[in-house]
Amino acid sequence: MSPARKPIRRGAAVAKKPAKKAGRKAPPATSARRAQLKVVPAAVAAHSAPPIKDVEGLMAYAYALEAEASERYNEFADVMETHNNREVAELFRKLARIENIHAEHILEEMGWTSPPPPPAGGWRWESVEGPETADFTDLHYLMQPYHALQIALHNEKRAEAFFRDLVQRAPSGKVRTAAKEMAAEEAEHVQLVEEWLKRTPEPESDWAHDPDPPRWSD
Amino acid sequence: MTTPVKAQAAVTPQAFKSDYKPVWCPGCGDFSVLSSITKAFALLALQPENIAIVSGIGCSSRIPAYTTCYGFHGVHGRALPAATGLKLARPELTVVAAGGDGDGYSIGGNHFLHACRRNVDMTYVVMDNHVYGMTKGQPSPTTEPDWDSKLSPGGTGMRAFNPLVIALAAGANFIARGFAGDPNTTATLIAEAISAPGFSFVEVLSPCVTFRPEQREWKQMVRPAPVQSTDDPGRAARRLMTDDGMNVGVLYKGSRAAYRTAIAKAQRRPAELEEEFKI
Repeated sequence: MSPARKPIRRGAAVAKKPAKKAGRKAPPATSARRAQLKVVPAAVAAHSAPPIKDVEGLMAYAYALEAEASERYNEFADVMETHNNREVAELFRKLARIENIHAEHILEEMGWTSPPPPPAGGWRWESVEGPETADFTDLHYLMQPYHALQIALHNEKRAEAFFRDLVQRAPSGKVRTAAKEMAAEEAEHVQLVEEWLKRTPEPESDWAHDPDPPRWSD
Repeated sequence: MTTPVKAQAAVTPQAFKSDYKPVWCPGCGDFSVLSSITKAFALLALQPENIAIVSGIGCSSRIPAYTTCYGFHGVHGRALPAATGLKLARPELTVVAAGGDGDGYSIGGNHFLHACRRNVDMTYVVMDNHVYGMTKGQPSPTTEPDWDSKLSPGGTGMRAFNPLVIALAAGANFIARGFAGDPNTTATLIAEAISAPGFSFVEVLSPCVTFRPEQREWKQMVRPAPVQSTDDPGRAARRLMTDDGMNVGVLYKGSRAAYRTAIAKAQRRPAELEEEFKI
């Protein structure tokens, strides 16, 4: 990787409170779950607004959002471990655990015994992935905790915006109320990450300098 | 297609990932492609023990080790013949060949042509980054002619290989293009490719952030294909010939029946086969 390139924007998630109760019905239906793959025209479905009709649907999306974020942070931790950046690996692992706790809380609060299955064609997001899912291209093998927290902050802000948007588009009062609660929680996480960032030293300007770069032709 | 689409025990994408951690560079598009492949398997409710992933050599060809499926990390450019043999011997398996543009279009270029022509029921996922990354950044068959680097000063001046057009001309039954930066859409493309009969080819634009950092811009350049997929090879040819390489989606879906061996057709028993070899 070119050592001079800086990745990164963004920041980190922090302890979320359990998702507030938003109903206790079974997960969205899906016995037919993966029985048939109904492939939606590619590159279209993934970029449309989530078709949320009720509170269960909203919370299913909230779960998917947290679970996907957790998985990605774990993948980031793996990458950093491979590149011997243990401090950042540990931080990403921590972020993954936090997001996983959020996902588990949603299950608990909804009374679901298993993760809600994806709808036919998969989850639909307004961007290419869930709003709390970080982008692989933000990584750098010399990145520091500050950068990782910037990534997390960016994701928490996007998650807040996601739920705020749902408040505007909610098809019912119940969905609106649940979306407001989720947006408020995400706003709280934004604050927590911002505080965490304040306690984290900013990197030196030459943080990406590698005296023995992997790309010899540089 | 022999790939079973069943609703048995729910398998998550994570179940298809092994404990081996990828050694790709941070930011490499291949991470997302691995994620897409595992999501596609989960979407189809496949089981790891019913899948084989076959690869050649290169960064992306390391992918079998990162899954819990059966895998074969073979010889440079030879993923497709190995995968073909496997599928013919074990037709009940879902066979996915995977690799990069150098492995697939240069060293394995001839096998690519004949795999398309034979139309054996399998899926070929090519992670195309327009460069040989593992060997430090030499131009590959899909590298732009004017790509200037220390290893190719002034560019190669050679026209880039157009794998989708070649695949269509050679007889591939399903042709799609994905983008690593959009792993969910790519997962649906791969799932559809696996479900389609015959030889399915999915080219995934997978940025090499180390040797082609400018490929980070692909995120702003890719777009959904403006037209629906077609089953008309003539129409597909016209589209692909004028395509700028950034249209994402299923671009051709034919109806040619998958190749079956005479043995499979006849369902011969071992004793009958022995008869054939009697002197």
